[in-house]
Amino acid sequence: MDLRVQAEAFDAGAELNAFTARVSGAGAVVSFTGVVRDAGQPQGGGLQRMEIEHYPGMTQAAITEIMGQALARWPLVDALVIHRFGTLHPGDPIMMVATASPHREAAFQAAEFLMDYLKSRAPFWKKEVGAEGAAWVAARDEDEGALGRW
Amino acid sequence: MDLLYFAWVRERIGLPRERVETRAATVAQLIEELKAREPRYAAAFADLNSLRVALDQKLSSFDAPLAGVREVAFFPPMTGG
Repeated sequence: MDLRVQAEAFDAGAELNAFTARVSGAGAVVSFTGVVRDAGQPQGGGLQRMEIEHYPGMTQAAITEIMGQALARWPLVDALVIHRFGTLHPGDPIMMVATASPHREAAFQAAEFLMDYLKSRAPFWKKEVGAEGAAWVAARDEDEGALGRW
Repeated sequence: MDLLYFAWVRERIGLPRERVETRAATVAQLIEELKAREPRYAAAFADLNSLRVALDQKLSSFDAPLAGVREVAFFPPMTGG
């Protein structure tokens, strides 16, 4: 399992290629990349930048536990999580997950499980800064509700 | 005991961390002590439904005991991903 919590930008394409090469022969690789919405896009809302805060003492342990659950539950060859903190701009990748498994169903499910849990159980907080001021992104009830399906 | 605050909890209280001496037995009692201190704490802890707590870096609950705990963190629901 590969987990990186970092301020630096990452190249999602290069990361996915490296992950795929590392799990060669797994059969199925699924990846998801979360990207800061652009101001011009629907729901972009004039966003100028996003500031992501996290709890350094807890982040690594919380995500490691979530990844451990995924690895215990599905027959995964490997899993990757990269999550940024600090100041990001529209179009920047925020985070990515990748899962590799002999079959696609497990890879898809494990990736969705990781996303659902990262959303509500990884200690990150996002603040959106736009022309009209700044606001903390509120957790959505659906995000908490999404955990119920697992 | 070290108290850590994140996101708007940190902004409302006005500092990221502080050390306190407390005899509170539970998180809820600690919160009552803090609220009684100053209005900024009362404002930060006004709505517990919009708050989460971690004890020694593990998500916990407001009725959890504080015995042996070294670090208490208060923050809004997480928005990772």
